[in-house]
Amino acid sequence: MKKYPITIKPFGLHAALIAWPDQVNEGVLEDILQFKHFLMDALEDGWELIPAYNSLTLVNTCIPIDENKFHGQLLTWYKQLGPKQAVQRYQWTLPVCYDSEFGHDIQEVASTLTFSVDELITKHTATAYTVYGIGFLPGFMYLGGLPKDLEIPRKQTPRLHVDKGSVGLAGKQTGIYPQDSPGGWNIIGRCPIPLFNTKASPPFFASIGDKIRFKAVSKAEYDLHKIEGEVGIYQPEKKLWNA
Amino acid sequence: MLKVLKSGFFTSVQDIGRYHYRHIGVPVSGVMDYKAYTKANFLLENTPDAAVLEMTMTGPTLLFELDTYIALAGANLSATLNNEPIENYQVYQIKAGDILSYGRLENGFRSYLAVKGGLQFDSVLGSKSQYIPLTKNNHLTDGMQISYAETKDFQPKIPKIKIDTYFEDLTVHVAKAPEYDLLTQNQKKQLFDASFTVAKENNRMAYQLKEAIDAHNLSMLTSATMPGTVQLTPAGKLIVLMKDGQTTGGYPRILQLTEEAIAILAQKKSGDSITFQLRN
Repeated sequence: MKKYPITIKPFGLHAALIAWPDQVNEGVLEDILQFKHFLMDALEDGWELIPAYNSLTLVNTCIPIDENKFHGQLLTWYKQLGPKQAVQRYQWTLPVCYDSEFGHDIQEVASTLTFSVDELITKHTATAYTVYGIGFLPGFMYLGGLPKDLEIPRKQTPRLHVDKGSVGLAGKQTGIYPQDSPGGWNIIGRCPIPLFNTKASPPFFASIGDKIRFKAVSKAEYDLHKIEGEVGIYQPEKKLWNA
Repeated sequence: MLKVLKSGFFTSVQDIGRYHYRHIGVPVSGVMDYKAYTKANFLLENTPDAAVLEMTMTGPTLLFELDTYIALAGANLSATLNNEPIENYQVYQIKAGDILSYGRLENGFRSYLAVKGGLQFDSVLGSKSQYIPLTKNNHLTDGMQISYAETKDFQPKIPKIKIDTYFEDLTVHVAKAPEYDLLTQNQKKQLFDASFTVAKENNRMAYQLKEAIDAHNLSMLTSATMPGTVQLTPAGKLIVLMKDGQTTGGYPRILQLTEEAIAILAQKKSGDSITFQLRN
């Protein structure tokens, strides 16, 4: 398989960062997932592996890292990385109600982008977005792949309160607020199901490299899924994406 | 029960932290000053991950409803037990009905109260540390009650250790972080030659520093951050992420504080100065 020119960078006494070229694309992401898959077997327990866009950060708070030795070992392992392994990646379909009751900015966004509201919904639900990172808040996904004609600047004045589940557009990004928080994204709808559940195992359903699709639902379906989510019986639609 | 009569400025339940969930965006949390925490638990012969109270700037007023033993560590907040002064780094016996309260901040910024056997508090994702949105609150409120086990007889092997003032040190040890090598010679000089002042924007998530170094226009893709990561904003300001800090960020990461350096910084307040020293 194609190898990238990776570099290992120091990150304090207990971590190291593996950097791929500064690009947002599927090739780099797949290569990161392949190496992560390998390292999860090769490294002892106690390591945490945090991938995002073009980097993979390895943290071990239990033991300090011998920088020269460990960095060399990582490069050797990367060179030895064999043929592509089957790292399972899933596509998740999440319900979104785009009614103006939830999508506070949908009318304004549609008119700025010169679409009808229906056209905007069709475009937003037609793409499978790639999860390039999870961070900022527990369960916040950095999604890539927004069609160019859906790019719109952040709101001039951020809202002090954006409801949990709100689906937004900002710049090259679309995403879901996993918790109530302040925020400057244009809000076009709301997802009724809780994304992050501390009682579930794992507490967050998606992983880096997974795909997210949105499915438009009516207010009645939204209410039903919300109740299903609250009592813990809602299962998001899931299928193997790279089978 | 431990009854919170008054909660103080910002008092929270913390333990050693919440590990193995950073990849889904969950901060580590846990005590800001692990040195003080470790010593308080050591004196009581608690497990090294026992939950304690972390208080900030002013202490709470607490009523103990069961017999136990306690130890205080970290900042000196002029603690009193039934109005009699007590000292940090020493084991005290508590009788049901005793009241622990705090007064003037003498030094440091964060103080710890450990109770024999640790505080019993709901564990979320393997940790009792309070952090919104994983827990309902991120600090104690007046009238709250926290469970602990009754201990009537405990003979501490070491009842008292020397009062430690490591946190009066102005030097904060750092190692290189991923974007350190992108700094100019002048920026590196500015980092290590001058001292920095803690801004009023300081809390469990991050400490901002007042002085700026040269501005930059480096851009990078969002990537992992940790407690102790020093981020450089485009305007040249430094932000030191602390225990509740976000797990990813888009600003260049230039330095990484050691765990001991995080403990020292956690004891600094607005207006205090620090200097960075690079470890080899």
